[in-house]
Amino acid sequence: MTTAGVRATARISARDDGRGGTALPVLEGDGPLALRRTRASGAEARVMLVGAMSGPLGGDHFAVEADVGEGARLHVGSAAATIALPGQGKGEARYDLRLTIAAGGELRWLPEQLISVKGSELEVSSLVELAPGARLVFREEQVLGRAGEEPGRLTSRLTVRLGGRTLLDQEVACGPGAPGGWDGPAVLAGCRALGQLVVVRPEFEERLPEPRALGEYAAISPLVGPAVLVTALAGDALRLRRVLDEALASLG
Amino acid sequence: MTRAALLVLADGRFPAGGHAHSGGAEAAVKAGRITGASGAAGLEEFCQGRLHTAGLVSAGLAAAAALGADPVELDGAADARTPSAALRVAARKLGRQLMRAARATWPSGELDALAREFPKGAHQPVVLGLAARAAGLGAEDAAYCSVYECVSGPATATVRLLSLDPFEATGVLARLAPEMDVVVRRAVEAGRRCVDEGVDALPAGSAPLLEISAEVHAGWPVRLFAS
Repeated sequence: MTTAGVRATARISARDDGRGGTALPVLEGDGPLALRRTRASGAEARVMLVGAMSGPLGGDHFAVEADVGEGARLHVGSAAATIALPGQGKGEARYDLRLTIAAGGELRWLPEQLISVKGSELEVSSLVELAPGARLVFREEQVLGRAGEEPGRLTSRLTVRLGGRTLLDQEVACGPGAPGGWDGPAVLAGCRALGQLVVVRPEFEERLPEPRALGEYAAISPLVGPAVLVTALAGDALRLRRVLDEALASLG
Repeated sequence: MTRAALLVLADGRFPAGGHAHSGGAEAAVKAGRITGASGAAGLEEFCQGRLHTAGLVSAGLAAAAALGADPVELDGAADARTPSAALRVAARKLGRQLMRAARATWPSGELDALAREFPKGAHQPVVLGLAARAAGLGAEDAAYCSVYECVSGPATATVRLLSLDPFEATGVLARLAPEMDVVVRRAVEAGRRCVDEGVDALPAGSAPLLEISAEVHAGWPVRLFAS
């Protein structure tokens, strides 16, 4: 018997409340994707993604949509790592993120890691669309396998557009069944944690940070536009987080 | 078309400046990630990883350009798929050198227009696709040139950097031939979709270590290769 996967879409809307804070007129969790508003920090509203079930499992299709209005400030974190697991149903799981930020709005998207467990198959697609004048900090971290375990199959595409122009379009494919060489000296070289951090700030129009290597396994590079990308690899999630945190702090 | 034109364009002696670039092999050799022809730290694994990521992206761009997609949009798509500033510089430098050689070899209004649009050089695969077009070649030919260059560059560089036996390096290229065929097929399909649907249909495969080590390499005071 095969079971159909779970379909779930969580939605967040953040708006300037006119009193120096951010309101959340839409905060809709769905099935396994629960959302909690946590204590705000100044003008910024904070939302925590809470996994109410395990997954995504094979065949599941999860989506999270967040839209940040003019002048609103939203921080999204997650209570725990997302764990891609093999399912009983056939086929891969999908996880889609659709994030939009209006002029003068800010999104800080800082969830915990995605862990690709042996036997799982997950395709992640993240699309971030910013209006000119919007601000973004977007972090994604992938951990290939639990401790000492082979990873599952993971494909993750990240697209960032500013004013309709694509600033970044990147896809990582790894795990059994991915095209050859994914674990070799050009791609991951045996590293089991990889991460990207995208920072978009209007003030980068005036002055863009210089490209630089952060040791042998991480680098910060300006994109073509007011944005930088930090790319990092590490042996484990803890070390990866440290590198990304330091890189973010170095941007001031 | 003439098939011999493909040999002219694909020849390592075509004066397009490719010999000055190692495709990331110099940084990988220095870091001890390439120590021989095969095995986990082998040229073969390195080339294979490069082929399915940066190689597929480049071949897709070249195929789309050969099919007549808007080269300015393709150049923007190449920027978005090349987050490393050092690799963007290298791609434009190579594009400019190829442009000079191609315009002298196969004069074409399309190449002239692209050269005017990007005086400092367009991304190399875009120029390659237009050069193939100017030479009367097709999308598949452009993709083959691109894919072969993507692995032959690191192979030649590794022979020099590691004193690797040139027979072994050539053996690596020959073993990768079936995978090059696969990547060319995917690149041409993507190029066709790009003409109909726009540049988002192009592959976007990324090799984190190529991106990272390009910035490490650019910071060295002395290098044998430009990238």
